[in-house]
Amino acid sequence: MADTALTARPRSPLAHAAGWLADATRSSRGAVRLAELPFLTQLDVRLDAKGPAADAVGLALGLQLPLEPNTVVRAGDLTALWLGPDEWLLVGPPGSERDLESSVREAAGDEPVSVTDVSAQRTTLLVAGERARDLLAHGCSLDLHPRAFAPGRCAQTTLGRTQVVLVSRDEPRAGFWVLVRSSFAGYLTDWLLDAATEYV
Amino acid sequence: MLLIPCPWCGPRDEAEFHYGGQAHVPYPENPSTLTDEEWARYLFFRANPKGPFAERWSHTAGCRRWFNAVRDTSTNEIMAVYRTGEERPGTVERREDFSAVPVTSQPRPAHPARPAFEDEAPSGPFGGAGAEPPARRRTRPLTFTFDGTQYQGAEGDTLASALLANGVIAAATSIKLGRPRGIFSAGPEEPNAVVQIEAPFPEPMLPATTVELYDGLVATSLPGQGRLATEPDPARYDAVHTHCDLLIVGAGPAGLAAATAAARTGARVVLADDHPELGGSLPGTGELPDWAAEMTAHLEAAPDVRVLRRTTVFGYYDDNHLLAVERRTNHLGAAAPQHVSRERVHRIRARRVILATGAHERSLAFADNDRPGVMLAASARTYVNRHGVLPGRHAVVFTTNDSAYAAALDLHTAGVEIAAIVDTRPAPGEWADRARAAGIEVLPGHAVTGTEGVQRLTAVAVAPYGQTTGRREFATDLLLVSGGWNPVAHLFSQAGGKLRYDEELGTFVPDTCRQAVEVAGSAAGVFDLPGVLAQGAAAGARAMAAEGYSPHAVRLPQVPAGPRPTPPMHVFGVPGREGAPRFVDLQRDVTVDDLARATGAGMRSVEHTKRYTTAGTANDQGKTSGVLASGIVAELLGVDISALGTTTFRPPYTPVSFAALAGRDRGALSDPVRTTALHEWHVGHGALFENVGQWKRPWYYPRDGEDMETAVLRECAAAREGVAFMDASTLGKIDVQGPDAAVFLDRLYTNMMSTLKVGMIRYGVMCRLDGMVFDDGTVIRLDQDRFLVTTTTGNAAAVLDWMEEWLQTEWPELKVHCTSVTEQWATVALVGPKSREVLGSLAPQLAVANDDFPFMAWRETTVAGIEARVCRISFSGELAYEINVSPWEARTLWEALYEAGAPYGITPYGTETMHVLRAEKGYPIIGQDTDGTVTPQDLGMSWAVSKKKPDFIGKRSFARADTVRPDRKHLVGLLPEDPGTFLPEGTHLVAESELPAPPVPMLGHVTSSYRSAALGRTFALALIKGGRERIGERLYAPVGDRLVPVTVASPVLYDPEGARRDG
Repeated sequence: MADTALTARPRSPLAHAAGWLADATRSSRGAVRLAELPFLTQLDVRLDAKGPAADAVGLALGLQLPLEPNTVVRAGDLTALWLGPDEWLLVGPPGSERDLESSVREAAGDEPVSVTDVSAQRTTLLVAGERARDLLAHGCSLDLHPRAFAPGRCAQTTLGRTQVVLVSRDEPRAGFWVLVRSSFAGYLTDWLLDAATEYV
Repeated sequence: MLLIPCPWCGPRDEAEFHYGGQAHVPYPENPSTLTDEEWARYLFFRANPKGPFAERWSHTAGCRRWFNAVRDTSTNEIMAVYRTGEERPGTVERREDFSAVPVTSQPRPAHPARPAFEDEAPSGPFGGAGAEPPARRRTRPLTFTFDGTQYQGAEGDTLASALLANGVIAAATSIKLGRPRGIFSAGPEEPNAVVQIEAPFPEPMLPATTVELYDGLVATSLPGQGRLATEPDPARYDAVHTHCDLLIVGAGPAGLAAATAAARTGARVVLADDHPELGGSLPGTGELPDWAAEMTAHLEAAPDVRVLRRTTVFGYYDDNHLLAVERRTNHLGAAAPQHVSRERVHRIRARRVILATGAHERSLAFADNDRPGVMLAASARTYVNRHGVLPGRHAVVFTTNDSAYAAALDLHTAGVEIAAIVDTRPAPGEWADRARAAGIEVLPGHAVTGTEGVQRLTAVAVAPYGQTTGRREFATDLLLVSGGWNPVAHLFSQAGGKLRYDEELGTFVPDTCRQAVEVAGSAAGVFDLPGVLAQGAAAGARAMAAEGYSPHAVRLPQVPAGPRPTPPMHVFGVPGREGAPRFVDLQRDVTVDDLARATGAGMRSVEHTKRYTTAGTANDQGKTSGVLASGIVAELLGVDISALGTTTFRPPYTPVSFAALAGRDRGALSDPVRTTALHEWHVGHGALFENVGQWKRPWYYPRDGEDMETAVLRECAAAREGVAFMDASTLGKIDVQGPDAAVFLDRLYTNMMSTLKVGMIRYGVMCRLDGMVFDDGTVIRLDQDRFLVTTTTGNAAAVLDWMEEWLQTEWPELKVHCTSVTEQWATVALVGPKSREVLGSLAPQLAVANDDFPFMAWRETTVAGIEARVCRISFSGELAYEINVSPWEARTLWEALYEAGAPYGITPYGTETMHVLRAEKGYPIIGQDTDGTVTPQDLGMSWAVSKKKPDFIGKRSFARADTVRPDRKHLVGLLPEDPGTFLPEGTHLVAESELPAPPVPMLGHVTSSYRSAALGRTFALALIKGGRERIGERLYAPVGDRLVPVTVASPVLYDPEGARRDG
């Protein structure tokens, strides 16, 4: 009876909404592009930004952990988001959480470092297209103008009535990542689709 | 919405922050050495100063860092922020107030002098070169219906102008007296013509003067009060956050000049105006007809300039946060596209604001001043010039100042016969000369003493000012009134700005404000058009310079010279025919006599007379009557109006519908719904849901024909006799990691966590400093320096905040990090005597025997081929497991359990069954059986309170006299003597079988109440004074008008020996 489990595919929080997101993208003719980017590896890393572990971890990952608040550093398929003065979110491709966690722990050695796998804690929504900023502005109080929230910036804030991590991707056309707690993802998707009504 | 500067993230909306009380109140080093009084002082006493106050704040919705802020408690201004551990900054400077009308702008001369240059001559409301009124546009006729009669109007009409064009002026009856009332103004200040829109969608109480006409509009007049729609509004409403360097409110001459100075500088500029086209007063006065159009084109083409038409800025809040409502499709009527929001609320955050909101004309309190046909002079002028509509045929003009002469001349040119201009001033000067030159009779030193006519004005009586004899009568259908001008200072006042009384203008004008705002044009009390333009341009330039942009020099238009102005006379009440009402507030039917009754009753402030008479409380908020009421009250009290001031201006400036304010936050989107990875399965299997916080949790799963009671009894029986399972994913989960994790948890929990062995689990209780239970849950030791803490479903965020507060503010030396992992894991509780068989069949590598896998242990294994952490925890007293897996695999696990459990009749159960099962065992639910006044000892959980630990949060409070008194309420069981009687939760308990006379001494109340399948009866949990000493006693529970006898019992009613736990 466990046979089905071994072959069953993992199910992402927004699996049920994939069709609606694709429909909105299609009917807006690219004005908004919406999609779930499921199963991304997400590790919460805590360490002393001024201690030796920071540099060692940076070296091991091949990217410097960002020290400027609310910025993002990307190298290859790995992205590091500033979440706090001693806290980062490492985002990588699906399935890389174990390797990533051990390279951080090994690099830190005896220095105190906390690593928590939070890959399933949040899912990632892609919000792109020429009206992406307008769409987000319906529910986000941050100034999203490129002057204020340029590519390479991130913020923990609220969108609609839920908390999100918002990332302005480093290419302007790449739009935004909206990282949202999995339990709120259904609500936020309904909210985004409703807000997009004018653009689709 | 305050803007709070997080020391890490910068300025963010206050909604992202959590308040933490007074800063620099450190936790005492050794609480056990403090007296009760000293401890109580630390617990309960905080400073409450007026002025700067150091506080703790947490950026909860952002970086989760705690920090300190110095806030002025009287203004809410955040004066400084600094990180925890840093000293409070020594001196904090208060921001300097901005002057509303800066000295660098062209000051208005104290006494209007002859202009040095002709092109600086006064104009604006005082202009009126007798411009040719535009012919009434007949572009496309629009058909509309008012009070059942069909009419035609023109594009560009308001409902009011269209009615006037059709000869209709009476548009309402008054609220208290039922007197006919006519269109009185041409803007949002309208007190009379407030109508009901019937189609396409019912909307109550809109001023006809602001309703843009559209084809198919159906409206009715109102008796002062409208009717709400009874059907749901099908339109969409939404909101948007808008940011800019400069917001200009009002696109009249001052606002347009300011916008022109700021355009193309690189700054982001928003220009908002409530009309469909820009120009403000200009289309109404007929001045500079081309300039506004030119500027509009210029601004529309400018990058970074956003023009918001049909947009009313209605509220001005902290830190230059302004709310505006944009009417996007109202004017399209039935043609409005459905996918576009009908109205949009803009939440504007502006670095600087220029208020160019203009001025409202003031009325005069003369006898019978409310008849249809009495109209503000400048409004009549607007109908002529802007709409090409004549509001009457024969007019008398009654004024105290120059501005009505321009109106008289424009109406005269347009073909209205002006019978006389009645001016209270004895020597009206050059404007009177000009009127006489046009053949109009001027009566200086005169006033209107009465009017005639019911459905419409028919005659006006005039006498020398101050007298009621020597009367002359004029047959007339229109009476234009001007009692002077009031700057529209509503937004400025809402911003915290102060007004001052201007002796010469005889009204209140903006003075200073602590926000970055400037007022320009007639809103600042400047009424000559060249002055208005220059001041607007200068304000725009100053705003740009302040934000580091280079402003443009603006070439201002030439304004033709007008007559030399004569100062206005300050008149409020005008004596008239004996016994005739002199209305002050038309919309509330408040007269001079009403105000006299208020002052006669001892009222000495306009705030009091307002509440006594209701003057100024209607939905026009007294725009035309407020200063007039102040003037009348001042006359009645014999004081100067400057000493009285105005009543407070509060948002919204004009009424805003609840639908617009709610936006898209209604229906399913009104509050987020949180769901687990198994939600769709629950829905598919007929679960009914219970809201727990924002979570949707399965409540019970009724089968065909089952009611709740039957379903829950069935689910309970399955859990006690076979096997049942529930989705427990909503429990809060926090990963606590670091070398000091054990020390940290020892300080937070009342019991000892450092002695917990890796691989084992302990139940723990958390208290607040006052010793009252705050949360409970299990603590799993994953490793020497790593724990997984579970919290109650509703308290997950609060517990994490609590942990961060202590770590960041009191114990920064501890090397511990806390991370929420609530959604990282899906949890399934597998419960019942057959649970071991079911688990064993799916987890071949797991030794499930009791000796191998004892109670309160956890194991890592695979269940149904899925990596899982299995915990032997029981919240029911039965043999039970909690299986934790990735939520991505949860559905697979759940379905595998359902299949493997089928031979044992596995039954999904919901929160109701969970509650019954735990209550049978006397396990409390925090927030249901506790209410913030209950200690662990009150719950009978002294066993969970460490005697060994030197200190933990709450420990000192357990030694307070209050927490050791014998009559504290204890959690006990209750058994109604009739086993079928159900006690509603919240039922009180009394000692006597008959109720004594009130007050009845209450012993406590029922906190939980259920029917038990296992006990075969009803039972309850209750908090009862000295409850443990009363076990076995009979008490009484008043239910309806009966006193139900109940027996006090131990809270553990089922399996008190704990024999079932190990299966």
